[in-house]
Amino acid sequence: MNVLLALIAVVGLFLLGLLGGMPGLRWVAGVVIPYTALLLFTAGLVYRVLSWANVPVPFRIPTTGGQQRSLNWIRQQKFENPSNTLSVIGRMALEVLFFRSLLRNTKTEMVDGRRLVYATELALWIAALAMHWSMLFILIRHLRMFTNPVPFFVTALERADGFMELGLPPIFITTLLFLVALAYLLYRRLANAQVRYISLVSDYFPLLLLLGIGISGFWLRHLSKTDIASVKEMTLGLVRFAPVVPDSISTLFYGHLFLVCVLLAYLPFSKLMHLAGVFLSPTRNMANTNRLVRHVNPWNYPVKVHTYAEYEDELRDKMKAAGIPVERQ
Amino acid sequence: MTRKPKPDEMEYYQQEDLLKLDWRPPSTPWMDTPVEFRPGTYIYPGKAKNLKVLDLPNPRDWAVTDEDWKLPDNWKQIVLEGMAERLSKYRSFKVFMDICVRCGACADKCHFFIGSGDPKNMPVLRAELLRSIYRKDFTALGKVFGKLAGGRELTTDVIKEWFYYFYQCTECRRCSVFCPYGIDTAEITMMGRELLGLLGLYVNWVIEPVANCYLVGNHLGIQPHGLKDTLEFMADDIEEATGIRVDIPINKKGAEILFFTPSGDFVAAPGIYTCMAYMLLFHELGIDYTWSTYASDGGNFGLFTSHEAMKRLNAKIYSEAERLGVKWILGGECGHMWRVVHQYMDTMNGPADFLEVPKSPLTGTVFKHARSTKVIHIMEFLADAIRHGKLNLDRSRNDHIRVTFHDSCNPARAMGILEEPRYVIRSACNHFYEMPENTIREQTFCCGGGAGLGTDEFMEMRLRGGLPRGNAVRYVQERHGVNQLAAMCAIDRATLPTVCNYWAPGVEVTGICELVANAMIFKGEKRRTHNLRLEPIPGMAELDEQSETVEVGADE
Repeated sequence: MNVLLALIAVVGLFLLGLLGGMPGLRWVAGVVIPYTALLLFTAGLVYRVLSWANVPVPFRIPTTGGQQRSLNWIRQQKFENPSNTLSVIGRMALEVLFFRSLLRNTKTEMVDGRRLVYATELALWIAALAMHWSMLFILIRHLRMFTNPVPFFVTALERADGFMELGLPPIFITTLLFLVALAYLLYRRLANAQVRYISLVSDYFPLLLLLGIGISGFWLRHLSKTDIASVKEMTLGLVRFAPVVPDSISTLFYGHLFLVCVLLAYLPFSKLMHLAGVFLSPTRNMANTNRLVRHVNPWNYPVKVHTYAEYEDELRDKMKAAGIPVERQ
Repeated sequence: MTRKPKPDEMEYYQQEDLLKLDWRPPSTPWMDTPVEFRPGTYIYPGKAKNLKVLDLPNPRDWAVTDEDWKLPDNWKQIVLEGMAERLSKYRSFKVFMDICVRCGACADKCHFFIGSGDPKNMPVLRAELLRSIYRKDFTALGKVFGKLAGGRELTTDVIKEWFYYFYQCTECRRCSVFCPYGIDTAEITMMGRELLGLLGLYVNWVIEPVANCYLVGNHLGIQPHGLKDTLEFMADDIEEATGIRVDIPINKKGAEILFFTPSGDFVAAPGIYTCMAYMLLFHELGIDYTWSTYASDGGNFGLFTSHEAMKRLNAKIYSEAERLGVKWILGGECGHMWRVVHQYMDTMNGPADFLEVPKSPLTGTVFKHARSTKVIHIMEFLADAIRHGKLNLDRSRNDHIRVTFHDSCNPARAMGILEEPRYVIRSACNHFYEMPENTIREQTFCCGGGAGLGTDEFMEMRLRGGLPRGNAVRYVQERHGVNQLAAMCAIDRATLPTVCNYWAPGVEVTGICELVANAMIFKGEKRRTHNLRLEPIPGMAELDEQSETVEVGADE
C-alpha cells in the first residue's frame, strides 16, 4: 500500500515534469523551478542543520565499540573507542565513508529450533555503499554540465567509469551500480517482512524518486539521446545567473530535471537529512573522555536532594546506637 | 497435588513455548495493533507513597489493567509540552527523531525482539512509537500529511503502548552499536519514560528503590545500623572461610578512599560473595578506605526514571566524599552505576575539585584517565595491582571452575572496559572460555532484567529477553563444560541466575572479585577448605576429610 502511494507520487511527478517541455512552460520548468528547488534545498539544509546545532548536548554519551583508554599496558581501540579529536574524526570517517556500523550487521537465525546464531549479513552494507558511492560519482560526472572548461578530474572519472566501453556513448559502471543497488534496496524493503512492516510512504518515496532520476537519466544518455549541447547551454545559464531556455531540449529531459528538483526541495524535510545528521550524532561524534575532561551541561540546574544533615537528623539515634560516627551528637 | 506455578515464576513457562519464535510481524499495521497487558510481561505501577517522597506529579494508586489510568485532565498538553522541552534540551533526542531511515539493521539486535518476536520490540519501532507523535505534532510534513507522513494522533492508547514498550527496553544500547547513525534507543526510552513520568506513570520496581535511595541512601532502604549488621554478618562468614577477621570502616573521616558499590550486593547471593571479596581484598592489601551509609548505593535507578532523578540520587556520592574528606573514589562491580559515574556524574554534580586524581596506594599508578571525575573502577584498580604483582594469587584454587565472562551492557558500551576484567579473570582462573563473538564485548547481550526490569512479575519477558544470553551460555557449557558465569554487575548477579537456571541449568553466577578472593593467598589464612560461599572446595575439602580420618585412626 505504502509503496503504491509512493510509486503513484513519483510517476505523477514525472508526468508533471514532462509538461515542462511544452513551449509555454519551458521557462518555468527550466529556470523558475530549478532556482526555487535550489533555494529550498540550501535554505532548508541550513535551517535543519542549525535547528540541530542550536540544541545543546547536555551529556557526553558516546556508544563505545571497543577497548577504552585506561592503563597504559592495555591496548586501546582508538577508532572504536576514541579518546581524542583525531580519533573521533577517524571514527566518523569510517562511519561516513565506509558505513562502519552497518558492516557489523548480522542476521539472527534459529538453528534446530533451539540454537541462536548470528550470521554475517553484508547485503545491506554492500548495497548501501554501492548506492551512495555511485551517487557521489554520478554527481561529480554531472559537473560536466555546470563547468566550462570541464575540470580534469571530471574527465578522468568519466574515463575510468566508462572503462567497459560498452555501447556508445559508453555505459557508466556507476550508473548500473546505482540502479541495481537502488533496485535491491527497494526489493529488500518489500521482501524483508520486518522492514516492510516499518516502512512508511516516506521510505519508499526517496528510493523510487532516485530510481526515477536514474532511469530517466539513463534513457536520456542511451535511448532517446537529447541534444546535450543545448542542455549544457541551459545548465551553464543557470550557473551564470543568465538563464536561457533553448528550444531543442527534449521533453524527457524536463521530466528528469523535475525529479531532480523535487529531490532537492524534498531532501531537507525528509529522512534524507541523515546525510547531515550523522555528523551531529552524539553517540558517534564524541570522544570517550568522560572521566578525563569534564563535560559541561549548559542548562544544568540545581535539584532537590536529601542532604546528609537531613539524613543524620532522621537517623542519628540509630546511628549512635550502632556506633556509627555522627556529625552532631 | 503439586502447586500450579504462577506467571511470576520461571516454572510457569515451558521452554518449547518460548522457543516457538515467529519473527514475522502480524498482518495488522502496527498503529492498529493495540497493546495487550498479559501477566508476566509488564511491571506494576509506582505506588503513590513513593511518588510523594520524591515530589513527583500525580501520585495515586492505579493498576495497569485498569481502563482508566487516572491521568491529569490536561495530560495531552503535558506530554506535548514535555516533548517540546526535551527536543530543545537534548540534541540526541532531536537528531534521533529526525534521521532514522528505517533500514532495519537494528531490528534483530534487540534481545527482547529476538526472544519475543513482538515487532514493537524492534528498536526502530520502539522509537517510532514516539517518532509518530513527533512527526504529527512537530514536523511540517506530518502536520500537513498526517498518517501519510507517518504521523498519528496522541491518544491514551498511545500512552499505554509507551508504558508497555518503554518498560520493555533495558537501555542496553546494543542496537546503537549497529545503527549507521548511532541512534541510541536508550536515549529514546529515557525520553519516553520521562514523558510518562510527567503523568505520574512509573513502575514500582524502579520508583520504590529511587524513593528508598533518596531517603535512606540505598535502593533497598537498609538503614545505617542495618548496613553495619549486614557487613558484620559478612565478616563472620569471611572469618569462617579464611580465618581472617576484616575491619569494617563505616563513615570514617579522613580515609583515603571512599568505596561504593550497588546495594544489591549487600543482601542476596551471589552478590554478597562479591561484597565479602571486596572487604577481604581491601583488608589484605591494607587499603585505607571507608563505606558510607549515606551514599550506600552506587546503583542509581534514577537513570531509569529521569535525568533529574538520576542527578538527585547521584549527588550524594560527591557530597559524601567531600564530607568525609577522602582523596578519591573507588567503585565496585556494577553495570548501570558505571554508566552514571562515567557519562553523567561529573557533568551533573561535579566538578570534584576537592578530590585528588586517583593514585593506587599499592603501585603508585596514577589513573590519569579519571583525572576529572576522580572515580576508578575496581577492575582498573585490580588489573593494575595484579600487573605489578601485588596480589598473591593461586589460580589452581579455582581449578574446579570453568568460567565464562558476560560483558555487562553499560561497562561495555558506555565505557569500553573490556580487557581489564578479562585480565583479572585470567589471573584468577586457569579455565576461562569466551562465549561466541557476536554475544560479547560491544556486542554483548543484556541479561534481560536491566534498566529496572529485573522483577519476577516481568518473568516471561525476562526469560524471553534472556534467551540470547542464555543460549550463548549453554553453548560454552556444552562445548567447554563451563560451570560459572562471571559478571561485574549487580543486576546481572540478581537476574542471570534465573536466566541460567532456565536456559543453561548448572551454570552458576559469580562476581569477578569473588573469583579473585577465592584464588588469593592471604597472610595468616587458615587452611582454605571452603570458598566464600562456604561450599567445600573440591580437592581441598576431601584432603581435609582424609587427614581427619587419619587423625581419628591415630587416636584409636
